[in-house]
Amino acid sequence: MTLDNIKPGCECVVKKVNAQGKLDQRLMDMGLYPGLMIKVIRNAPLKDPMELELDGFYLSLRHEEASYVEVCRR
Amino acid sequence: MKNVMTLVALAGQPNCGKSTLFNSLTGASQHVANYPGVTVEKMSGAYRYEGMKTEVVDLPGTYSLTSYSLEERVSRDFLLHDKPSVVVNVVDASNLKRNLYLTFQLLEMEIPVILNLNMMDVARRRGIDIDTNELSRRLGALVVPTTIKTGKGKNDLLKSIQSASRPEQNYEPLRIDYGSMEPFLSRVQEMLSESGDPSYPLRWLSVKLMEGDTEARKLIEKQLSNANELLEFVEKQRGNFESQNEEKSERHIAFSRYLAADTISKYCVRTVTGPTVPLSDKVDRVLCNRYLGPVILLGVIWLLYELSIVQGYKLTSYTWPFLAQLRELTAFIMPDPGFVWEPLIRSFSLWFVDSINALLNYIPIFFILFGLIAILEDIGYMPRMAFILDRLFRRFGLHGQSTLPMVLGGVFVGGCAVPGIMSTKGIPDERARFATILIIPMLNCLAKTPLYILMINNYFPEHKGMAMVFVATITILMALPIAKILTLTLLKGKETAPFIMEMPPYHLPTIRGVVGRAVERVWLYIKKIVTIVAAVAVILFVLLQFPGLNKERRAHYETMANTAREAFYKKIKGNAYAAQIPEDKLMDLVLYAGDYKNARMGVKKKEKAKAIDMKFAEKNPLFFKFIKPQKDKDARKVNRALKKLISARKKILREIKKEKIDNSYLGVMGRWIKPATQWAGFSWRVNVALLSAFAAKESSVATLGALYQQDEGNESLEKRMKEKEIGFTSLHALALMLFMALYPPCIAAAIMIKVQTGSANWMLFSMIIPTILGLSVASLVFTGGTLLNLSGLQAMFIFYGLALAATIGTGLIKNKTDYM
Ligand SMILES: Nc1nc2c(ncn2[C@@H]2O[C@H](COP(=O)(O)OP(=O)(O)O)[C@@H](O)[C@H]2O)c(=O)[nH]1
Ligand SMILES: [Mg+2]
Repeated sequence: MTLDNIKPGCECVVKKVNAQGKLDQRLMDMGLYPGLMIKVIRNAPLKDPMELELDGFYLSLRHEEASYVEVCRR
Repeated sequence: MKNVMTLVALAGQPNCGKSTLFNSLTGASQHVANYPGVTVEKMSGAYRYEGMKTEVVDLPGTYSLTSYSLEERVSRDFLLHDKPSVVVNVVDASNLKRNLYLTFQLLEMEIPVILNLNMMDVARRRGIDIDTNELSRRLGALVVPTTIKTGKGKNDLLKSIQSASRPEQNYEPLRIDYGSMEPFLSRVQEMLSESGDPSYPLRWLSVKLMEGDTEARKLIEKQLSNANELLEFVEKQRGNFESQNEEKSERHIAFSRYLAADTISKYCVRTVTGPTVPLSDKVDRVLCNRYLGPVILLGVIWLLYELSIVQGYKLTSYTWPFLAQLRELTAFIMPDPGFVWEPLIRSFSLWFVDSINALLNYIPIFFILFGLIAILEDIGYMPRMAFILDRLFRRFGLHGQSTLPMVLGGVFVGGCAVPGIMSTKGIPDERARFATILIIPMLNCLAKTPLYILMINNYFPEHKGMAMVFVATITILMALPIAKILTLTLLKGKETAPFIMEMPPYHLPTIRGVVGRAVERVWLYIKKIVTIVAAVAVILFVLLQFPGLNKERRAHYETMANTAREAFYKKIKGNAYAAQIPEDKLMDLVLYAGDYKNARMGVKKKEKAKAIDMKFAEKNPLFFKFIKPQKDKDARKVNRALKKLISARKKILREIKKEKIDNSYLGVMGRWIKPATQWAGFSWRVNVALLSAFAAKESSVATLGALYQQDEGNESLEKRMKEKEIGFTSLHALALMLFMALYPPCIAAAIMIKVQTGSANWMLFSMIIPTILGLSVASLVFTGGTLLNLSGLQAMFIFYGLALAATIGTGLIKNKTDYM
C-alpha cells in the first residue's frame, strides 16, 4: 500500500521509499524514513495535494509524490 | 581593542525566525514572512557589540544541505567558501528533533556552531521542556534559548557569538555515527588525505562523496589531480556498501542522522503535557475545508481587492491634491508660456511631473495592498492558498505557490506586475516559476484599467457590467493556456521540483512588522519604478516633441497669432481701457484669465468662490475688471474680446500640438507600423497611443487625450474620441482591449523579469511574445469579426468561448515531471 491511498484521519507507518534522486532526497530531508508514523490530516479541496502530520510537523505533498512512499496501516 | 571583523552566518530550516533574528541584530528591515522559501538570496548586514564589529549573513532557509536546490547550494557554498567564524543555527525549539537533522550537517562542516533555540514561547506553550545543558554537552556546541520576536535572549546570543568566534574556544563537536558505513567512510577519507586536499573538512567531504553528491564530486574534479581515480574508488565503495547492506548510501546517511536526532531528543526534550490538537490544525479544518476553503480564499482575494483597489482608490482623492500641488509648483517655477510657443524646459518639466505623478498616485493603493499581503504572510495563510490551488494551477504547468504572484499581478483586475514578478522567488519549481514570471505581465495590472474603462464606457455603454467581467476574467483564460503551452515547449527543459511544502503554524502578525514591510515595499516600488519611468518619460518626450515644426509652419502659426492679437486690439479700439493693455501686458492678461479659470474650476460653494474673487481682485484690480466686468460697458467689451482671443489662442495651440505629434518620431512610427496593425483595426493614432504606453500603460489614455484634442468646451475624452474616430466600432474597441490585455510588460516589469530570470534573453522574449500574440488575437477578433459581420458583443462572447475551450483543452494535457 502506498501513502496516497491512505484516507484522511488514518495513520500509517512508513515501510519504504521508492523514489529516486531529487524527490527521494527531499522526502528524506523532510523526515520520511522507514518506521516513521504518519497521520493523514486532510486532502485539499480539489483532492490534491494532501496534508500529513509527522511528529508534530505539518507537511503537504501531492498524491503523485506520496505514491512513492510505501506504508502499512496501523 | 583591534577592529577585527567577525563573520557570522545564520542558518536554519525555513520559518524558524532567521530573518527576525537578522533584523533584530542588524536593525535592518528584511523580509520576514510565515512562508517557506521567502529568503532565497543571502542577505548581509552588520552590527557592533562591545566595540566589535560583526558582519551577519542571513542564509536561505533549508531543511538540509544537499545540492538539489538553489537555496541549499547557496547556503552550502557560503559556509564552505566564505568560512564564517561562527554559524548561528536557528532552530524552532518546539520542533527540535526535526531541526537537528540540519544541525548535524552544520557540525560536520567543522565551523563553530551556536544552537539558537528560538520560539521558546511556542515550546513553553506546548509544554515542551528542553534540557539545554545536556543538549549543549551532547552536541558539543553552545546552546542559547531565545524568543527573538520579543527580543528575549538576544543579549545572551550576542555574548555567545562573541565568545564562540574567538579561536581559542575549542569545542569537540558531535560526530554522527554512521554505523555500518564507518569503515567505508574511513577508506574514502584516507584516500582523500593521501591525495592532499586541505581546503575542505575531510570527514564532511567523505560523507558527501558517499552520498553521491554532485557538487562534492565537482569540488574534487576541480581540486585534485587524481580526481578520476578517486571518484572511481568512491563509486566502488558506494556499490560495495549498497550490496552489503541492501540500502542506498544516501538513505543510510539520512537515516543515521535521524537516529542520532532521536537519541538526543530522547535525552534532552521532555513534553510535559500530552499531545493535543494544535490550534493551527483546528483553524485549518475551516480554512482548508473542502467547501469553505475555496469560498474563504475567494473572499480573501475579494477583500484584498476591495480594500486596496476600491478603498485605496478613494484615498487617492486625498493624496492627489499634493501631487497636483507638485505640478503647480513646477508650473510656477518654470518660465511662463508665450502666446503660442511654450518654452521647451517648461513643457518638458510638466510632462515629467505628469508622468511621475501618474504612478505616484497609486501609492495609497499599494500601501494598503502590501500591508494586507504582509498580514497574510505573517499569519501563514499563503501556504494554505498554495495548498488549495495547487491542483488547479498544476494543470497549467504552474505551482500552488504561483497564487501570491498572480494575486499581486492582478488575476482579475488591478495589480502590478513588478511586485508580482518579485514574489515568484519563493516558487521552488524552476519550470513553474518561469511560467509564472512570463504570464504575470498578461494579467490586468492597474495601469491597463483606464483604457478598459474608456473603451467600455464608450463602446459598450449598455453592457458595461458584462464587458467588465469579460476583461477581468479573459486575461486569466488567456494566461493559463499560454503557461501550459510554454511549459510543454520552451520551458520543457527547466528543472521541476516536487511539491513538498511545510504548513507552518499560524502566528499573530505584529503591527511593526506589517507596517514596516508595507513601507519597505512601497519604497522599493517608488525607487524602482519611478527612476525607470522617469528615464522613459524623457525618451518619450523626445519622441513626441521632435523633430517639431519647420520654419514655414512656425511662421504660419506666428501669423495666425498676430491676426488674433490684431483682432483683439481692433475690437477694443477707442475703449477707455485700450491704453491700459499695451502689447507687452497682453500675455499677462491671458495667463491671469487662465489662472482665474483654473482656480474657480470645480468650486461650487459661494463663500469659497468669493474668496477666490477677492484674491484675484487684490492681485490685479484692473485685470479683474475684465474678467468680472459687472456693469462697466467698456470692461465688458474687453471681456468679450479677451474671450475671443483666448479661444483663438487655444485653437492655435491645439493645432500646433497635433501637428507636432503627427510629425513626431512616434507619429511616424505609428503610421509606419500601420500595415501590421490594420488587421486589428488600429488607426495610426491608436498605434501612437499604444507605443507611448510602453513606458507605463496609463500613458495610453493620456496620449489618446492629446491626440483627440478638444475643440470647444470641456468635452470628456470619451466623447471626443467618439467624434474623431468615425467608424470606430465596438469591434475595434474589443480588439484594442484584447491587445492591451496582452500588452508587453512595461519597462519596470521587464527589468524585474531580467532580475528574476537572470537573463536578458528571457526579458526580450517576455516583450516580443505578448506583442505577437496580442496582435494576432486582436487581428483574429477584428478581421474575423468583420468578415462574419459580428458586433463587438457577439465577438466578445465567441472569443470568451474560445479562450475557455483553450483553457480546458490545455488543462487536460498531462505534464511530465522530471524530478526523479
Ligand atoms: N512565537 C514566535 N514567533 C516567532 C519568533 N521568531 C520569529 N517568529 C515568527 O516566525 C515566522 C517566521 O519568521 P522568519 O524570520 O521569517 O523566519 P525565517 O524563514 O527563518 O527567516 C514569522 O511569522 C515570525 O514573526 C519567536 O521567537 N516566537
Ligand atoms: Mg527568512
